[in-house]
Amino acid sequence: MKILAVCGMGFGSSLMLKMTIERVINKQGITADVESADLGTAEGMGADLILTNNEFVSQLEGGKSVVKAVKNVASEDEVAEAIQAFLDEQ
Amino acid sequence: MSNAIFNEASVQWKRSAEDWQEAVRVSAGPLLQQGKITDDYVQAMITNIIELGPYIIIAPDVALPHARPEQGVNEKGIAITVFQQPVQFGEQSVRILICLAASDKETHLNLLQIISSWIGEDGLSQSMIATESRDELIHLLKNYFIEGEEI
Repeated sequence: MKILAVCGMGFGSSLMLKMTIERVINKQGITADVESADLGTAEGMGADLILTNNEFVSQLEGGKSVVKAVKNVASEDEVAEAIQAFLDEQ
Repeated sequence: MSNAIFNEASVQWKRSAEDWQEAVRVSAGPLLQQGKITDDYVQAMITNIIELGPYIIIAPDVALPHARPEQGVNEKGIAITVFQQPVQFGEQSVRILICLAASDKETHLNLLQIISSWIGEDGLSQSMIATESRDELIHLLKNYFIEGEEI
């Protein structure tokens, strides 16, 4: 599974989100590649799941990746919930 | 120039800002005064938001104004400003601006990790918002101050 954290510049919230995702999957023993990207390059990265903030969800939807919004990029609970929701849908 | 990455001198408590651009400028004030960033860095933060959208909102009520190290950082630093009145970024609003300046990519990651631990902590941002003066905010944040070469 490949999870992508996306923000506008790929240099702030997406990196924080990537750190949170890594903590969550380590704790839960989930195996996944985690990367971060800016809005412009996200589409071509072939992720199974994209996590991003509310602002960018609509711009990222419509591709092959499932897109879910996270309000607090530092919240392990919120990220865990989003990943679980994705896994349940599979 | 102060060597501290984050201390009392970089904590601000303000009533309101005219708009988000002024709020970003205000949030950068302490770092600018300490010579840690240049005017170009402040302008880069604003230009990036205009071009890329409010990507700096990292949590409910919290924004992280920042640009890239090569856009005008002299020395690493963090400044926190709490606004009593919400600052509107498009459809969202925030009360806390954490202005981040990293001198290189590794420092940037370290500082993001630190800020992430603050924001992930239950209730800290709500406690910051609930403060009613700069003194109160400093009292709340003093356990989080980061001196010189700690990272």
